[in-house]
Amino acid sequence: MADLTSNFLGIKSPNPFWLASAPPTDKAYNVVRAFKAGWGGVVWKTLGEAGPPVVNVNGPRYGAIYGADRRLLGLNNIELITDRPLEVNLREIKEVKRDWPDRAMIVSLMVPCEENAWKSILPLVEDTGADGIELNFGCPHGMSERGMGSAVGQVPEYIEMVTRWCKQYTRMPVIVKLTPNITDIRYPARAAARGGADAVSLINTISSITSVDLGSFSPEPSIDGKGSHGGYCGPAVKPIALNMVAEISRDAETAGLPISGIGGVTTWRDAAEFMALGAGTVQVCTAAMTYGFKIVEEMKSGLSQYLDDSGQSLNDLIGRAVPNVTDWQYLNLNYVTKARIDQDACINCGRCYAACEDTSHQAISMSEDRVFEVIDEECVACNLCVNVCPVEGCITMEELAAGVVDQRTGKTVSDDYANWTTHPNNPGAAQAAE
Amino acid sequence: MTNSPFTPGIAPARLDAGTLSENFGDLHAPLDAHEALVAADRCYFCHDAPCITACPTSIDIPLFIRQIATGTPEAAARTIFDQNILGGMCARVCPTETLCEEACVREKAEGKPVLIGQLQRYATDTLMAAGTHPYSRAASTGRKVAVVGAGPAGLACAHRLAMHGHDVDILDAREKGGGLNEYGIAAYKSVDGFAEAEVNWLLQIGGIRLLTGRALGRDVTLDELRSDYDAVFLGMGLSGVNALRADGEDRSGVSDAVGFIADLRQAGDLSALPVGRNVAVIGGGMTAVDAAVQSKLLGAENVTIVYRRGRDAMPASRYEQDLAASKGVRIIFNAMPVAVLGNGAATALRCEYTRAEGRSLVGTGETFDIPADQVLKAIGQALDGAPDGLVLDGGKIAVTGAGQTSAEGVWAGGDCATGGDDLTVTAVAEGRDAAEDIHAMLTNAG
Repeated sequence: MADLTSNFLGIKSPNPFWLASAPPTDKAYNVVRAFKAGWGGVVWKTLGEAGPPVVNVNGPRYGAIYGADRRLLGLNNIELITDRPLEVNLREIKEVKRDWPDRAMIVSLMVPCEENAWKSILPLVEDTGADGIELNFGCPHGMSERGMGSAVGQVPEYIEMVTRWCKQYTRMPVIVKLTPNITDIRYPARAAARGGADAVSLINTISSITSVDLGSFSPEPSIDGKGSHGGYCGPAVKPIALNMVAEISRDAETAGLPISGIGGVTTWRDAAEFMALGAGTVQVCTAAMTYGFKIVEEMKSGLSQYLDDSGQSLNDLIGRAVPNVTDWQYLNLNYVTKARIDQDACINCGRCYAACEDTSHQAISMSEDRVFEVIDEECVACNLCVNVCPVEGCITMEELAAGVVDQRTGKTVSDDYANWTTHPNNPGAAQAAE
Repeated sequence: MTNSPFTPGIAPARLDAGTLSENFGDLHAPLDAHEALVAADRCYFCHDAPCITACPTSIDIPLFIRQIATGTPEAAARTIFDQNILGGMCARVCPTETLCEEACVREKAEGKPVLIGQLQRYATDTLMAAGTHPYSRAASTGRKVAVVGAGPAGLACAHRLAMHGHDVDILDAREKGGGLNEYGIAAYKSVDGFAEAEVNWLLQIGGIRLLTGRALGRDVTLDELRSDYDAVFLGMGLSGVNALRADGEDRSGVSDAVGFIADLRQAGDLSALPVGRNVAVIGGGMTAVDAAVQSKLLGAENVTIVYRRGRDAMPASRYEQDLAASKGVRIIFNAMPVAVLGNGAATALRCEYTRAEGRSLVGTGETFDIPADQVLKAIGQALDGAPDGLVLDGGKIAVTGAGQTSAEGVWAGGDCATGGDDLTVTAVAEGRDAAEDIHAMLTNAG
């Protein structure tokens, strides 16, 4: 069994699987159940200022989209930060941390962009014995209308300012949670780094309308016939999150900044991918809300088996894929592949043919008796056939070896690396040195 | 209950009413909305899908399943009915395991095809439950067509003709329309009077008169029909029954399986139907399986199917064979009946093992007796009383193209005509295609 012990900003946890700041971490009852189930840590659901707590809607808070067999692929929510009194949350955080000292206890915070607001809440959190704080600059719904959440996360100057206040007024590690509702994630990440953040966590949810009721014409979830955009999460957002994590990992200004990866982590495999792109821990919400806390057992056993099988330690894994994330212009144009169909595995559904014939390059032939074959002269190796084939491993991409002639271009495949920056069709191509 | 499975001879009420009712309930409970969505999700929406090719009526199966998956089973039903107006019955009786579901790529992928038949039933039941008919007639052409036989071929032909604006009279020898749907299918495949309800629903299109108790040859001649109508379609099926040609065939207790099945379908009270304690069914087709299974369900103690060839040659599919076995029916392969034994009434069936010699079967000389107080013959049906003047081929009405017979203005389809398997769905396809051909002829001539 691989050692899954995690040390993130000096915060130790028995494994890198944390529950994200969200409904599952709103009170001691749930958090204790999570710890009993084996979660390595939690980010307690966002606390607001002292005084009367926020209120939530009294109708549906969630909307969903589904894949086949009603598998939940995306969840959208319009819930606000905790609607329980600040002192109740602080008392429970203190008790749970006391009872579960080996688990990571991070407290999510969201108060107005005023120095005093932050200055006054930080000592209260510090007093609970929590391991760190996470600044919620991400919530895209409700709180953002009041100048908080993503309204802060969309303005790098605010991020930097608030982060600096927090670093000034607490000794606890500061994690800045970023919103994906921006055009370039590097700017808010750089601002957090400039403000002194110990880490960033991302992504928070994506502004979304999951569906429209075609009878009442209300967006879902519907509150008395009207809807408001919510925050989108779950498996559907993972690709967006992975890219944003990678962008921060490979940006010169933020490279090395610890990251807690969030966004559609559902299985150990998702977690490993986030970690390979630079995340030191991952945070989970939708998967737990869909299946319950027990899923962490699969995450632990799966990651452990993978590390053992591949001979890696957890630290080896973190960031291992980052050097392989590059700009398009540096991709090797001399890497030539062709689709290959395993006729024994093929079930003759013809989806590859329909996709290629109707929407791509007419590079798959279909015989009278439903044998589907790749036409090398036409195949640009786009991968669509692989993607639409229902049988895993039936269609694969085979690399053409150097010296072989690409039947499509008539050119001999070279094993030299060559990219767009030096391509003759590129008007801005750098002249090859003589 | 006065009798039991062990009561000697042929006797009614071997099982109590509750057990009988349970035994003759739906073979497959209909899918509910959730089950239908789960089943529909498994369809891959194949290109030029093999299931469509395998369907004699060429229903666009991936499209109708996608319509179910997206919450519009009524649209799915339209897709089905466009090709097969008896899609409701076909969903119940089609041997899908040798047609669409055998061709389903999921069968190849994992041995579990998409439940096409049950999904088709879900869609068609949903639309038919609304009680409305989805098609309307074109403007009247003033043309009249006679359809002989209100079975699947005749009904499909009549509906398509009516849709094109022609007036149709259907003549049927029996008291009710529906043909084999009404008289020839196992009760557990068509419960709650579905066949009759389907005929009534189909007739809602209008322009069709169903004239029952009118037999060709007895009440009207083909020549009369040809002079009274602009075209004639023959779809009267195969009402004759092949003879056994075994000693003792005339003993009491020996009867035709088709009659047994028809009596069962028309019975108001299943406990009034007599069935043997030991039943032997001779044959290897769907009729043999239907008769054998239903004998068992009525309470026969022992039911045996005797089939003269091996399992692989049996016309009833492996699925049907397994269904029979699951109900406790024993199937003896490679044996043929040589005599019905008994003293007046049948008491046993003497059989002889067979072996193939070239293309024919010969007895091995080894015989055995199985107890049988009831012997049901299911050895095939034949065309009974073909009208004079029509060319026959292999005992059926010879047709070319879309069902054109040797007589001008006369078409034929379904079991009574050559071509295709003797299946409900094939009959529907032939009736439909003949209707289109008749329509083309009538409009060109007009």
